[in-house]
Amino acid sequence: MSENKSFWAKLKSWIDGDEVIINADEYISTRERKDKVIGENMLGEKHAPAEKLRANSTLYRVLSVGITVCFIVVMLGVVMDLPMFGDPGSITNNEVAARYLEKGIEETGAINFVAGMILDYRAFDTFGESNVLFMAVVAVLMLLQRDKKNVSAVEDKEMAEDEVFDGQDSKIILQKGAKVLAPIVILYGIYVVLNGHLSPGGGFSGGSIIGAGLILFSAANGHKKMQTFFTVKTLTKISVACLLTYCGCKSYSFFTGANHVGWEIPKGTPGDLLSSGFILPLNICVGLVVACTMYGFYALFTKGEI
Amino acid sequence: MSQLLTNYYEAASVILFGIGFMNLLLQNNLIKKFIGLNIMDTATYLFLAAKGYVFGRIAPILTNGIIDAEYYINPIPAGLVLTGIVVSVSVTAFSLALVLRLYKHYGTLNMDEILRMVREEEGE
Amino acid sequence: MSDFSIMIQMILVVFLIISAIGVSVTKNLFMAVIVFMGYSSIMAIVWLFLEAPDLAITEAAVGAGVDTVLFFLTLKKVHALKGTREG
Repeated sequence: MSENKSFWAKLKSWIDGDEVIINADEYISTRERKDKVIGENMLGEKHAPAEKLRANSTLYRVLSVGITVCFIVVMLGVVMDLPMFGDPGSITNNEVAARYLEKGIEETGAINFVAGMILDYRAFDTFGESNVLFMAVVAVLMLLQRDKKNVSAVEDKEMAEDEVFDGQDSKIILQKGAKVLAPIVILYGIYVVLNGHLSPGGGFSGGSIIGAGLILFSAANGHKKMQTFFTVKTLTKISVACLLTYCGCKSYSFFTGANHVGWEIPKGTPGDLLSSGFILPLNICVGLVVACTMYGFYALFTKGEI
Repeated sequence: MSQLLTNYYEAASVILFGIGFMNLLLQNNLIKKFIGLNIMDTATYLFLAAKGYVFGRIAPILTNGIIDAEYYINPIPAGLVLTGIVVSVSVTAFSLALVLRLYKHYGTLNMDEILRMVREEEGE
Repeated sequence: MSDFSIMIQMILVVFLIISAIGVSVTKNLFMAVIVFMGYSSIMAIVWLFLEAPDLAITEAAVGAGVDTVLFFLTLKKVHALKGTREG
C-alpha cells in the first residue's frame, strides 16, 4: 500500500513538473561527482585541446559541404529523368486525381476540390494535423509559461520596463491603424473560413488570418485588454470543443461506413453557402483551432502567458 | 541540360533544399539553423506542387460547371502541402521556444558555445 | 503557356534562390529574418503561378505573417535587435 501511495505521489510530482527523485542518496552522490569534475575542469586538466576541436570542426565543414554537393548533383541527375514539367501524361496525374475531380462534387458537394479532398476523403489526416497544432501550443505553453519556477529577476525588470513603454502614447499610429485594420482582417478571415468549400481558402488559411488579426489587436491595445476576453481557459475550451466536434463528426462517418448511411447529411446545391454536408462545420472547427494556436504562440512568446 | 531548363521548378527546389541543408549543417547561430529548416520545408512543397501542375489547366475549383478531369490540375499535392505549411509553423514555434529556453540557461545562441558549456557541465 | 509567363516564373525562381543564399550569408539576424519574409512572399506568388490559390493564401498568412512575427519576438527576447535593448 505504501508503495502504491509513493507511486501516486511520484506521479503527482511528475505532473506538477517537479524533479522526481527516485533514490535520493544516489542522486546527491551524482551531483557531488559532477560538481567535483567541474572543479577539475576549471583547472584546465581535462579540456579537449583546442587544436583537436578545430580540426574536427574543419573536417565536419568539409564533409557537410561535400555531402550536400553530392546530394544536389545526384538529385539534379534525377530531375533530368523526371517527366516534363506540366506534362498531361505525367505519372502523377493518375486515376486517383481523376476520381477526385470527376466524382468530387457528387460525393462531397464542395466546389473547391481541395477542400472536399482534405475534409472529406482525407479528413483523418486533417484531424491528426489539428491535434498536432493543439499539441504544439501546449508544448510551447509548457516551455515558456511564466510561473513560480520559470522567472528571473532580469526578465521581470525588462517586463516592467515594457509595461511602462506600452503605457505611453508611443504607439498612437499603431493603435489608430489597428482600430481600422484589425476588424477588417478578422472579418476577412471569417469570410475565408466560411467560404472554404466555395472558394480558395478554408480552415487553415482563414484561421491563420484570424490569428494575425488577433495578433494585430493585441500588439496595438496591449495584453491586458486581450485578456478580458481571451485567456488560457478560453483557448483550451475552444480548441478542445472544436477537436471533439471534429472527432464526433468524422467518427459518425467512419462507423457508418464513410457513406453517412442512416442519417444522410444533406449535400445541398453545390455553390450555396449551406451545402456540402460536414465540410462547413469541419472548416469552422479547424479555423478556430488554427486561430487560437497562432494567437497562443504570439502571447506566449511576448508575455509568457495567454 | 535542356531537361533541367524545362523542369526548372524541380531543379530550383533541389538547389533550395541543398541551401537549406547547408544552413542546417554549417550555421552556428540557432535562429539561422531554423530559417534553414524552413527553407528546406518550402523546397519540398515547391517540388510537390510543381509535380501537380499541368500546362493549360486551371486551379481545382469548379468553373463554368465543367466536371472533367482534363480541365483541372491535380488537387492532391495542394492538399498535402496545405497541411504541411501549417505543421511547419508549429514546428518553427516549438523550436523557437526551445531556443528561448537554451538562451535563458546558457545566455548565447551560438551552437559551439552551448556545446562547450554542456561538455564542461558534464565533465568530458 | 506563353513564353512571357515562363520568363517571369524563371525570374521568380532565381529570386527565390538569391534570397535563400542571402539568408545564409548575411551576418545580421534582423536582415536574415526580413529576407526570409521576402522569400515567403515570393513563394506565395509562385503558388499562384502553379495554380494553387489555397496555398498562396496560406503561405502569405503563415510564412510572411506569423512566422516572421515569431522570429522577431525571439530576436527581441534574446536582445539581438538594435535599438531595443542591446545585449
